[in-house]
Formats: sequence, structure tokens, C-alpha cells
Amino acid sequence: MSDDTALSKPVDLEVASAPVVEPDPAPSVFELDDLHVSYGDFLAVKGVDLDIRKHEITAFIGPSGCGKTTVLRCFNRMNDLIPTARVEGSLRYHGVDLYAPGVDAVEVRRRIGMVFQKPNPFPKSIYDNIAFGPRIAGVKAGLDDVVEEALRRAALWDEVKDRLKSSAMGMSGGQQQRLCIARAIATNPEVVLMDEPCSALDPIATARIEDLMQELKHDYTIIIVTHNMQQASRVSDRTAFFVTEVNDESDTRTGLLVEYDLTEKIFSNPSDERTENYVTGRFG
Amino acid sequence: MALTTPRITTEIVTAESLGKKADVRGAVFKAVLQIALFLTILILAVLIYQMVTGGWSVLSTRLGDFLTSPTSALPQRAGIAQALKGTFWLGIIVVLVAFPIGIGAGIYLEEYDHNGRLINFVDINIRNLAGVPSVVYGILGLAVFAKFLSGFTGGNTIIAGGLTLAVLVMPIVIITTMEAVRAVPDAIREGGFGVGATRWEIIRHFVLPYAAPGIITGTILSLARAIGEAAPLLLVGAIAKPGGNPGLFDLSQLRESFTAMPVLITDWSAEAKEGFVASTAAAIVVMLIIVLIANGSAIMLRNRYENKRNG
Repeated sequence: MSDDTALSKPVDLEVASAPVVEPDPAPSVFELDDLHVSYGDFLAVKGVDLDIRKHEITAFIGPSGCGKTTVLRCFNRMNDLIPTARVEGSLRYHGVDLYAPGVDAVEVRRRIGMVFQKPNPFPKSIYDNIAFGPRIAGVKAGLDDVVEEALRRAALWDEVKDRLKSSAMGMSGGQQQRLCIARAIATNPEVVLMDEPCSALDPIATARIEDLMQELKHDYTIIIVTHNMQQASRVSDRTAFFVTEVNDESDTRTGLLVEYDLTEKIFSNPSDERTENYVTGRFG
Repeated sequence: MALTTPRITTEIVTAESLGKKADVRGAVFKAVLQIALFLTILILAVLIYQMVTGGWSVLSTRLGDFLTSPTSALPQRAGIAQALKGTFWLGIIVVLVAFPIGIGAGIYLEEYDHNGRLINFVDINIRNLAGVPSVVYGILGLAVFAKFLSGFTGGNTIIAGGLTLAVLVMPIVIITTMEAVRAVPDAIREGGFGVGATRWEIIRHFVLPYAAPGIITGTILSLARAIGEAAPLLLVGAIAKPGGNPGLFDLSQLRESFTAMPVLITDWSAEAKEGFVASTAAAIVVMLIIVLIANGSAIMLRNRYENKRNG
């Protein structure tokens, strides 16, 4: 990797030339072991092995159809909503297999929040959007404080504090997405999953969300799927790179994990040639 | 012919944008559509005009008497009180039976069995049932409600007739419910699941409020259809001239022989006495007003819920 990329500051150059060593790895929140996901007969992703570490931002990058969103949706069992989806291998959250029989997907989703590709506020007031999660979780007292805190953490409070009762549908796209982030953190999750959260936003709104993620990572573990490699290199601590592989027998494509490492290493000194080609823009 | 890059100059652009050719086909198409609309309104207007003028002698001189009197062999004394009450109670039974069952089945099929094997099978059958002629439902009602369940319905009664009409419109209620529920964006459901809501909580807080305008409109329109049906009621055993004329809320009439507006209209239109021509027309005007009120309230409720939903 040459030194003319925007992400290499002079300090980084030395690190890039020396092997990147991790000083003190944070504890794992998730451990994925040989995870396969299929929809009916179609194998969407195969053999994913990775650990997600606490209070880090992990980015999933790769070309379209490589299964990064599919893997992301395994973390809070969103794939359960697709009747044909099947998950094999193991996905452990603090050592507990989330796909073991008896695990309640609804409880899982309270601990592991999600922000979607397109802002999807509920057609309700700003206040009710945030309060919905805590309410169904049984929170009755102090809802106002929860709403304020969530909106403050999502850097939205000052913009909306005077119109909490007005509809969330009247907000701009960037505000709606920050509202969705506030909604996700209002249930006190440990992890926040973000599925291309900025793909529908303009660069200014994107920058605000990225700043926000840096704030949030002190309190939450974040996994983000992104098409935007600059975004991955700017915000994440670790990056997982996926590719698609055309199957020999049928004309289907299966995603697989190529490389998973510190973001710095993925972008400066990847060990796989495919990763290097992708991050330098030679393919994908 | 090979594609060539045209040489565009200011002159060409000016000439093209000013010398716009008349869009003859488009104009003809639009005219045809306008004629279709005009004809529809014209037919309706003629129908209403004929009925109002035909029934005017009754409506203008003895409207109160006409609405409150029982039917009679003498046209100058005949009224529609029993038929109005019959239609009222038939409507109530349809609302109480067809709406909860139909809406419930529709929500289940869309929300809980979506993409299931059951839904395709049931869906096709329900759509076919919605197209079955109403006479067939009349035969079903006669066999099941009037005969087999006569211990409960009392035979050829309002209950048997109401249940028959309920079964008749149930497929329509199910289909409109399914369509309204299907129109709820999946993004809203995903957002709900994302914060840890159960399927029930999502239906309660998002699906039902969002689908309510569509469900309400569809069900009220199906009610309007139900109370306009004569054929199934005639088969179940509605008669034109029932004996008594009890009060509107006298529940004992539910298990008595009965009549209803469309049945009475059918009967009067076949009467030989000349005076019944005006009575028939007057009864049709009343029936039209009832249907108009039902449809009008459907539109009003839909607008109210839509404003609430988008507000």
C-alpha cells in the first residue's frame, strides 16, 4: 500500500511498514464458528469464522451479494423472519449459542439493536418512536428521561426537543436515521448492528452519523455493513472482507469471508491478494 | 440503420420545441375515457331521476307513514317499516359475525402464515368463493342455517338470513383485510422487530393502525353489498308480508319470519296493483339512501384514519 492514500497520516506510515500488532485485545462479544446461512437450497454464506470485540466498531465490506448483510442479520436473529432461512454452525454471544433451542429471538433483539439501510421511523411522533421499545420492555416510570437520553446520545436532542410530539415522518432523511439510532439505543442494548446506515444519506448527514458512531463506541459494540470503503477505513477498528464465489454445479453465488483483521492492516497490508485488489480499487 | 450522433444546433432545438406536433392519439384516448366516465354518470343520474320522480307521489305526501307502516295489500297504506327493521338486523348480524371472523382470518393469513403452504391453498379458494353467485349462498343458508341449525336459528328467520349474508361477504372481508395488511411496509415491521417487539405487539401498534383505513373501507362496502342482496334471502325464506310489526329493538323478531328491503322491493315490483309502482320507486330511493350513507361513512372513516396515520 503506497503512502498517497488519504487515510495514511505520517504517523501511520511507520506502523504500516511494521507488522500491526494488537496491544491488548478487547474481550469477545460474539464468536462465530463456521457459520453457514442458506435460503432454501441456496447457500448464501459459508464458513464464517470471526470474533466481534467489545466497544469496537467492526466493518463488513465486500462486493454486492457477498453476504455481509446476511451475516449481520444473524447477530439479532432477523433472518428468522424469512421462513426459508437456515443458520448452521455456531454464533455465540457471551458464550451462549444464539441459535440454540430455547433462545428467545425477541429477547435477543432487545440486547442487540439494529439500524436499517433506509431510515424506517414508525409513523408515530418522535417521542413515541423512541419510547416504543422501552414501553414494550415494561418500562413505565421515567420514560421522558429515557427518550431525552437516547436523543442526546444520538446527537438529535437539540434539533427536536421542541417538537417531540410531531410526526417523525416530517424529519429529514439524516434526522430520521439518527432517530432510528436513538430508537435502537433506547432499549439499552449492548450491541448496535448497522446495515449500510448512510447509503440513503448525503455526505453531511453521513459525516454526522460517522461522528456519532465514534461517540457511541464508548458505550456500545457496533457492527456496520458498508459499501463505502472510505467509510470502513475511517470509522472501524476491525474490518471483515467478504467476496462472492460462483458455485460450479449451479449458477448461484455464495459469499465467504476472505480476511478479518484490524482495519489498519486490511487497508495497508492485507495478507490476501483479493483483499488488496478490492481495497485498492482494482475490482469490485 | 446505424446510430449516428446528431448535430444539434440552437436552430434545431428551437424548431423542435416550438413546432410540437399535435398528439392526436393521446387526445382520442383521453376523449374515449371522458365518454366512458360521462356515460357512467349519465346512467346513474337517469336511474336516480326515474326513481325519485316515480316515487315522488309517495315520498312527498306520506313519507313518515311510509317509513313506519307495515306492508299492506293496499298500496296507499303499504309501508316499509318491517323491511327497514329486517335490513337493520341483517346488517347487525353481518357486522357481528362476518367482520371479526373475516378480519381475524385475513390478519392470520397475512401475518402468521405468510408464504406458508396453507395461504396459497386458502387464498385461491377464498378468491373463488368471492365470485360464487349469491344464489348459491342462499341454498347453503337454507340447508345449513334454516334447516340443519334450525334449533338455534328458528328456521326461516332473521338470524338464518343474517348468517347467510355473513357467509356471503366473508370472503370479501378476508380479501380486503389481507390486501390492507399486505400494504403495510415491511420496513415498519422490521423496525418493530429490531427493538424487540413480538409479532403481536407489531400487529397491535403498527399493522392494525396502518391497515385500519383499508380494512374499514372494505368491510363497510361489503356490508353495503350484503344488505342489497335479495336472492339468498328469498332462498333462506324471507317473505314479503310477515305478520307482526314489532319495535326496532325488540329482539324476539330475530327468530320470527322476516322481510328485508331488497325482498320487499322485489315483491312490490311484481305486484299487479298500479299504486305499487310508486311505492316500489319510493322504497328504492330509501334503499339507495341507505347504501349511500354506508359508503359515505366508509369514505369518512377512511379519511379520518388516514389523517391520523399520517399525522
